[in-house]
This record gives sequence, structure tokens and C-alpha cells, in this order.
Amino acid sequence: MTRNGPIALAFHALFVVFMLAPIVVVCWVAFTPEGFLSIPTTNFSLRWFRTIAAYPEFVHAFGVSLWLGALSSFVSLLFAVPAALAISRYRFPGREALSALFLSPLMIPHVVLGIAFLRFFTSVGVGGTFLALVIAHVIVVFPFALRLTLAAATGMDRRIEMAAISLGADGWTMFRRVILPSILPGLISGWALAFIQSFDDLTMTVFLAAPGTETLPVRMFLYIQDNIDPLVTSVSASVIAITMTVLILLDRFYGLDRVLTAKGGERGDAGR
Amino acid sequence: MSAAVTTTAPAPAETGETRTVLALALPALMLFVGVVVIPLAMTVMLSFHDWGQYKGIEPVFILKNWQEIASDPYYAEMFWRTFRVAVLATLITAVFGVPEAYILHRMSGPWKGFFLLVILGPLLISVVARTLGWALLFGGNNGLANKLLMSLGLISSPVRFMFTETGMVVALAHAMMPFMVLAVWTALQRLDPQIENAAASLGAGSLTVIRRIILPQIMPGVLSGAIIVFSLSASAFATPAIIGGRRLKVAATLAYDEFLNTLNWPLGAAVAVLLLIALVLIVVGSNALIERRYQEMFR
Repeated sequence: MTRNGPIALAFHALFVVFMLAPIVVVCWVAFTPEGFLSIPTTNFSLRWFRTIAAYPEFVHAFGVSLWLGALSSFVSLLFAVPAALAISRYRFPGREALSALFLSPLMIPHVVLGIAFLRFFTSVGVGGTFLALVIAHVIVVFPFALRLTLAAATGMDRRIEMAAISLGADGWTMFRRVILPSILPGLISGWALAFIQSFDDLTMTVFLAAPGTETLPVRMFLYIQDNIDPLVTSVSASVIAITMTVLILLDRFYGLDRVLTAKGGERGDAGR
Repeated sequence: MSAAVTTTAPAPAETGETRTVLALALPALMLFVGVVVIPLAMTVMLSFHDWGQYKGIEPVFILKNWQEIASDPYYAEMFWRTFRVAVLATLITAVFGVPEAYILHRMSGPWKGFFLLVILGPLLISVVARTLGWALLFGGNNGLANKLLMSLGLISSPVRFMFTETGMVVALAHAMMPFMVLAVWTALQRLDPQIENAAASLGAGSLTVIRRIILPQIMPGVLSGAIIVFSLSASAFATPAIIGGRRLKVAATLAYDEFLNTLNWPLGAAVAVLLLIALVLIVVGSNALIERRYQEMFR
């Protein structure tokens, strides 16, 4: 394999600068000691991080986002695990159609999903509630939970199951003692990826959130629409720090390339 | 890629297994029919309802909203802008993302892993935070982006990025870049390095190798990356809303406005349904074209 030439490396350096520039600038501006947007050079201050505490709507929205992400990813797995077992171990008519349906939230633009959910939840009388948000997020993160569960279930050594059967294990014991432990790493990664997707979703959630159930991205978006000040950069920097932490854990634990290629080639939520 | 779904061929179902499959898949199936299929059908219905400032939504069947979209040039312009911005963002990601994926592919182990993380990581970072970053970089005529471009001598006078399509395209290309790199990188992984070596041993220069050997083989990856980037860009919301401002509307931001500001839900639903139909047609159509073309090539 040949090495990259100097031109290739220069291109690469510019590319990396382009990819990181907006993220770095947000985190940098967040440390400004000034009362306005500026890039601090000599003085750095945490005043804008402390200011977040004085804005209960951001703190509350952060709580909503955390709960929503944790809960909807968990519920999503409750539905995804049996579905993944059915898809990975049995061949039945409509199997392809079924997995296409389960992956469809990746294909349908989130703005369309948001509108459909808004229409649906309003007409059944739960519009603007936390329950509606949880159900909507369960659907949106389902493909991510399903993908990683499927990958784990498909990669399992079936001989262990046969051994368990020959030793007299019944269905439930088999699931609890054999299948669950061996797909657990996949489940945890699926949960983490689903959590990030839920935690970051704006496009779909912006249609459903009402005052009181606004998530952090929605709160930030509505705030930016009015004005951009250092406060929203410190909030963004905190969000970036949280996502990076989950990402690094995910990478250590499971390998980020595996997580990303399991969803690779298809669509994520980056368009939003 | 649905590799995980299709690679293994499970044993054919025996009698009695049908019940197991049903028991396992039914909860998720019911959830999806109840909360995805039915709401989507309701949205299509909604687009045929009537609406008035004072009477609200009237559940009748009329073509008013569709006629309005078809006849008012405002909507044609808005859809054309959506399409134009998405195409430009797709082109930029292809022009820069394909070489970058190739450079990544040629890197040695630890560096490859590190930079892959750096380039794909932004995919999972809050899109609001990323777009805010662009808003800060663009900000006004003396924004950082303009200062940098001018000091590099690439431009002589400041370019307006904020509230323009230029800014939208740049920020969208940034948001979508990981998808293109990922798609091309996956295609490069499947490449047999021996073919490259064989070409080099036969005296082909590195440019010839790229043009005649690498590019034709990764083209399906580039095209599938382009389809993903295009459809995500065309339905993007956060970036056009923050960079484009209130005036420069695309399909997603217009639908948002109709739903949450004007409260003309039927019209908003019609815009959303039209966006969905257009995207499905474009994606399915181009997928079919690509498949036909590459089947002929490899026959």
C-alpha cells in the first residue's frame, strides 16, 4: 500500500479543519469572559456555564432530554429484541417487508414524521405530553436499536443454544441465561446509539414539544431563532461534551466504526 | 446497507414456528402500524381537508391545497430552492468526500482509526450546536470565515453567508459530509488491493490507477452516498432554519411554518406529503438506474 503524498496530506489537513471548525468555534466562544459573542484569546472564563443555572428552562429541558432519551431507547429495545430474534432466526413470508417497515423511520424525512405524529397525537388527545414524545422517540430510534440487536443476534454461536437445549433448558431459561448474556454488548451499544439519536433529535421533536415538554435541542433552537449570545454557546458546548463522552465510551466498549457501519450506507438523523 | 438483515439465511420455518415468529414480531408490528402507518395515512388525508382562518380545519375532501401548491409560483420557487440547495450540497460532499475517503483508506492503522473518528464523529453531535458553529463563523461581513478566505486570497470582498443559499449549502455539505465519506469508505474496504498492485506493476501511474481502477469500482458507493446526502439535504430542517433565516424557506421549514405559525395544517401536510413523494420517487428511481447500469457492467 502506497503512502499519501504531500498534496494529499495538505488536502486532508484542510478537510479536518473544515469538519472541526464549527464545533471548535462553539466550544471556544463558550469560554468568553465578555458579555457578548467574542473569541477569547487571553482571558477564559466559566461565567457563561454558570449562567446556565440561572435559566431554569434550559435546566428543565436538559432533564426532559435525558429522561426521554433513556426511556425511549429502553422501550425501543423491549420491542426490538424479540423482533430482531424473529428476523434473524426464522424465515417466514413477509420477512423482508417486515424489516423494511421497521427501518422505515430512517427513510421517511423527520419533518414528515413530526407532522404525522403531531396530527395523530393531537387527534387522540395526548398532544404535547411527555407520553407522546416517548412514543414518537421509540419509533425514531427503533431502527438503531434493531440494527445493533440484529447484528448481535446474527453473530451468535448457535451451538451454545443447542447445548442449552440438550441440557434441558426451556425457552425462557434459554433467553435469560444464554441468548441475553451473549447479545448484551450489542444491546448496550444499541441503547447508547439510540440515546444519542433521541438526545439530538430536533426536526421531529420540534413539532411535538409544548412548553414544559421542550427538549434541549428544541429549547436551543427556539432560543437561537430569537438571538445568538454566549449563553447558547455554553449550552451547546455542554451538549457536545456529553455526546463526546458517550461516543468515547461507545468506542472503547464496542468500536465506533462497528456502530457506524451497522448503520452505515443508510440514513441517520443528521439532516434533521 | 441491510447486510445484517440479509446475510444469514435462517432455516425455513417449520409448522409451529409461525406462532413463535408471530409472538416475537407482533408487538413491534402493532406499534408500527398504530403509530407510523396510521398517522402517515392521516397526514395524507389531512392534505385534502379545508382550512380557514376562523373555521379551522374542516374534514372535507377538496383539492384546494394541492391546487394552491400547483398554481402559486411561491411554492414552485421554494421547492426549486430546496432541490437546488440539496444538489449543490451533494456535489460538494462528492467532490471533497471521495478524495478524503481515499486518503483515509491509504492511511496506516492507528491514524486511520483516529481520523475516521474525527470525521464521522460530527454525525452524532447535535445538529443545532453544529449549525450554531457555522452561524458564528459566518456572522456578518467580518465573520471568521470571511477573514480566513480573504487572508488566503481566495476572495477579494466579503461573501454573504448568513441568510443566503451559499451559507445553507456550506453548512449542509458539512452536516452531510460524514455520510459520503462513510459510503465511499465502505466501498473502498471491499476493494482488492491486488488489482491496484497489478495495475501499478503494469506501469500505470497513480492517477491512472485512481481513474481506471479505483473510481469505477467505488462508483456504486459514491452514488449511494450521493442519494443519501441528497435526500437528507432536501428534507433538512435545522440548517436551513438557522442559516436561511425566516425569509429563505425550504420545504421542511415551510411545512413547520404552516403547522406552528400560520396553523394552516392541511396546507402544511400537502407540502410535507409532496416532499415525501418527490423524495421516494427520486431515491427509488435513481437506485433502479444505478442497479441496471452496474448489472450491465458486471455481467
